[in-house]
Amino acid sequence: MKIPKTLKEMPLTPLSLPTIGSMGKTGTWRTFRPIIDYSKCTKCTLCWIYCPDAAITRRDDDSPEIDYEYCKGCGICANECPVKAIAMKREEE
Amino acid sequence: MVTIKDLPKEEYLLKGHAACAGCGPSIALRLLFKALGNKVIMVVPACCTTVIQGPYPLTCFAVPLQNMLFEATGATASGIVAALRIKGLEDITVVGWAGDGGTVDIGIQALSGAAERGTNFIYICYDNEAYGNTGLQRSGATPYGAWTTTTPKGKKERKKDMPFIMAAHRIPYVATACPSYPIDLINKLRKAREIKGTKYIHILTPCPTGWRYDTSKTIEIGRLAVQTGVWALYEIENGRFKLNPPSDRLVDKTKRKPVKEYLSMQERFRHLTDADIEKIQKWVDEDWEFYRTLTTLERCI
Ligand SMILES: Cc1ncc(C[n+]2csc(CCOP(=O)(O)OP(=O)(O)O)c2C)c(N)n1
Ligand code: SF4
Ligand code: SF4
Ligand code: SF4
Repeated sequence: MKIPKTLKEMPLTPLSLPTIGSMGKTGTWRTFRPIIDYSKCTKCTLCWIYCPDAAITRRDDDSPEIDYEYCKGCGICANECPVKAIAMKREEE
Repeated sequence: MVTIKDLPKEEYLLKGHAACAGCGPSIALRLLFKALGNKVIMVVPACCTTVIQGPYPLTCFAVPLQNMLFEATGATASGIVAALRIKGLEDITVVGWAGDGGTVDIGIQALSGAAERGTNFIYICYDNEAYGNTGLQRSGATPYGAWTTTTPKGKKERKKDMPFIMAAHRIPYVATACPSYPIDLINKLRKAREIKGTKYIHILTPCPTGWRYDTSKTIEIGRLAVQTGVWALYEIENGRFKLNPPSDRLVDKTKRKPVKEYLSMQERFRHLTDADIEKIQKWVDEDWEFYRTLTTLERCI
């Protein structure tokens, strides 16, 4: 076998591309919806760092914003918020 | 001192990935990228992290990542490190990222070989204390008493002490961590990146699916593992053992919470008798006496 010298001569390899929603809209997995009470939030950013799904973004003023398209409703953010500013509400309600 | 607000906003673990809700290893992955950015090449053997990526041809990882055979993380990383050296791309950090099964059982020889050769990379074992991907079979890192699908009455053997096995390779840096203490983990990753040679970091990553607890409790359980002393946060730098906060305050037994608080939060320990819990408490206390001795030594191994 000839050893390939350039990228062009390399055999094709399966390659996956970085994609938001590689597993689809994971927000549909959710049973409970985290709801932030911004009047209580101290912008400590703890919920942002602990979210396993990167579903919380940190706005310019450090307040959190939840992306419900992808939040799976695990409840970690609500459990960890030091001032209990996040409530988990059943989806139908 | 780094604080959470100093951490970058960029995400290289993209949302909409395939991990279970409340997955501890996913939090550790996010912290990995907060610490190291995207100048990394990852090597991942068969494990939950293979599944987390999502189905081909899509992936949630926005960094180069080589999926590899279960047993070959150390060997693959060695090849990538050699290639980067020849190409003169030395500002890229190679990170082996494997589960506990892929580390303490199946990948141990390739990892041991890489460590013995002093391969310049960071190897991370994210420890969910079972073979998660294939449906929760016991591993060498499953603790005594824990239910898994292959230990229906609880595991009879104790957890393998992998960080000390790695320290016995005389590598420059070994550390333990837990995502419940994000800044500690980030500091350790950044420190490891600056050290030449093989660096080993063992992260206890609670897994709601395998440990059988409510998905909202992942961080709380990790915190209890540390506060009860079941999991100690430490570093072994050039052989010298050092406990890190908050574990450094726990050498005094009265400062540690009873292990029962940690065990009783998880269904996988539901069947334990009082005698079992006492036994586990005794082992934890013995470990801490051992740590106390180690902190006085120039070299712990
Ligand atoms: C040699 C070999 N044996 C078995 C398997 C099947 N297998 C794939 S992933 C996995 C479990 C991985 O467990 P662990 O390394 O603990 O990672 P986790 O899934 O818990 O993240 C197994 C048994 C395999 N891929 N290769
Ligand atoms: S419920 Fe879970 S997934 Fe949703 S925002 Fe909170 S931490 Fe993230
Ligand atoms: S954890 Fe609570 S207080 Fe802190 S940023 Fe999130 S919602 Fe606000
Ligand atoms: S089984 Fe556990 S470690 Fe694996 S994806 Fe699910 S929560 Fe994460």
